[in-house]
Amino acid sequence: MINSEHTAIMLIAVPLLGAFTTAVFGRVSSSLRNIWVLAILASTELLAVLLGVNVLEKGINVYALGASFPTLTSPEGFPVRIILEVDAMNALISLIACTITLIVVVYCLGFMRESRVLDKAYTLILLLLTGMLGLTLTGDLFNLFVFFEVVSISSAALIAFYVHRGQSLEAAFKYMVISATGALILLFAVAIIYSQYNLLSMAALAASIKYTFLDEVALVLLISAFLLKAGSVPAHMWKPDAYGEAPAPVAVMLLTSALVSLYVLFRITYTVFNPVTPTIGWTLALLGVLSIFLGVSMALIQTKLNRLIAYSAIAEIGFILLGVGSSLTQSPHTSKVGFNALSGGLFHILNDVLDLGLLFLAAGAIYYLTRENNMNRLGGLGKTHPVLGVFFLIGLLAVSGLPPFNGFASKLMIYESVYFFNPLFAIIGILGSILMAAVYVKAFYSVFLGVFPPQELGQIPKSMLAAMGVLALLILVIGLYPATVIKYLITPAADALINPGDYIGGVL
Amino acid sequence: MALKWRYQRMLANIAYITVVVLIGLGLYAIVFKQNLIKIVMGVHIMGSGVNLFLISLGYREGGVAPIYTLAPKLEMVLPTPQALTLTSIVINLAVVALMLSFVMFIYCRYNSIDSQDRRLRG
Repeated sequence: MINSEHTAIMLIAVPLLGAFTTAVFGRVSSSLRNIWVLAILASTELLAVLLGVNVLEKGINVYALGASFPTLTSPEGFPVRIILEVDAMNALISLIACTITLIVVVYCLGFMRESRVLDKAYTLILLLLTGMLGLTLTGDLFNLFVFFEVVSISSAALIAFYVHRGQSLEAAFKYMVISATGALILLFAVAIIYSQYNLLSMAALAASIKYTFLDEVALVLLISAFLLKAGSVPAHMWKPDAYGEAPAPVAVMLLTSALVSLYVLFRITYTVFNPVTPTIGWTLALLGVLSIFLGVSMALIQTKLNRLIAYSAIAEIGFILLGVGSSLTQSPHTSKVGFNALSGGLFHILNDVLDLGLLFLAAGAIYYLTRENNMNRLGGLGKTHPVLGVFFLIGLLAVSGLPPFNGFASKLMIYESVYFFNPLFAIIGILGSILMAAVYVKAFYSVFLGVFPPQELGQIPKSMLAAMGVLALLILVIGLYPATVIKYLITPAADALINPGDYIGGVL
Repeated sequence: MALKWRYQRMLANIAYITVVVLIGLGLYAIVFKQNLIKIVMGVHIMGSGVNLFLISLGYREGGVAPIYTLAPKLEMVLPTPQALTLTSIVINLAVVALMLSFVMFIYCRYNSIDSQDRRLRG
């Protein structure tokens, strides 16, 4: 049994070790390498579960690097420590990241079987996981910047996976420019904060923040950096390119990293700068509504399947921002309705990655079979591959928020609580959801129904079916028992966000 | 007299003025330039601006290097921003190298590094 004290740092160290040893094992044999990667990911998953259980049982888990206990200072009173701080919220997000990566790698076993650069692809996927986990678990603003760049670099290299195609390179370049700018804005904001308080620990900052003009500038810079990375409306332009040109499993990883950066955004607004002015909350909610509107209406006119899903991913980010942003307007005295909106938003983080993940993987399977991405040139796949059709159908029903799937539960929570804040926003959200159903029904019709495809198609590898099956199963289970999931996963996370006192108390 | 005072004040803040100029230049290049190499240069200039900002935050007038062994009892410059800047320089280098390799591949593909000659629309 692993000592639970070190779980938090092991969660970052294990995938990092795995990333650099993968290439060595790849030299020996490819099946050994596959087993090694799966073993690393399984142990990461186990660690994430252990950490989650530990946090739920014993409260906040603090791990200090470079000091034997978190409050240690040097003889001159200078704090010598870098902190990993885990509460229910981080634990939830790290669990999501580990699970999705495990599913993606299982999918890759079939999807990328013929590729000759798999060693590097697995290394990059593990590095991306390391970056996401670091971004999630860290309690230190500068480490936030470092892991932000780890995520940027590894995901940009993964977007350019099809390196012979010009479009992939352009998408990767675009993504890299956006993330590098975002990271520098983030670092500038961190420097502004450091110049005033000489502090980098988020918990210590939350205790001593004074809301000067410079703090507000830093807050706006931080929010814009993470919105750039998450791809909500004013910064959505990289998303369709990156998601559309990357291989499908990589698109799922990118989606997860966007959600992780949204989590960091919520951590900063709820914990570090608590209470923020209502303006910030309203701005986030407004950006959410704009994202829903733009994402859905642009998805309507797409002909490429991956780009269509990418635009709907923008809309889904909008739903999360709408829920959490509305709730943020009430900070720090969150009412029951506000709490409901927040839980809906956080629940939607989980549902979003499952639904869109399933759709992306199904689109990847379609590409694997036909080498075709354009919906106008596809058709009749429902007759030859009914299982794939069922998976796509589950994904589309879940993403458009129809019962009994998981998207319905979280979207209903968002609508009914946002209605109390601003009825117009809730109505636009519902309309967006209906349009989303229209978009996907059109896609389903043109890909799976209609004329029989002319050429003879192969079979989908078992590992890809298994990966999609697990996602579909999770969607169904969460859709049928939303109350249980909310009780054990979402409510503790939302509680952890609205009570920054515990987070601060864990360190000081 | 007033002129001299203003001049001295400006000299004291010269680092911060440079920071603003560098970040502005970098952002301008990223947003308005069409040559991909110039965009990469913009990212690098902006990175240098942020690094300079970090370093000048930690500087103390007449401070010594922050090494405790046999240090004279004088004021020290802050060590943390220097560590941060070192890390950030390394990361910036990796980012710029990766971006330049993308530019290289794009040039091999299209024989052009103008962002207008592209097939991806969105």
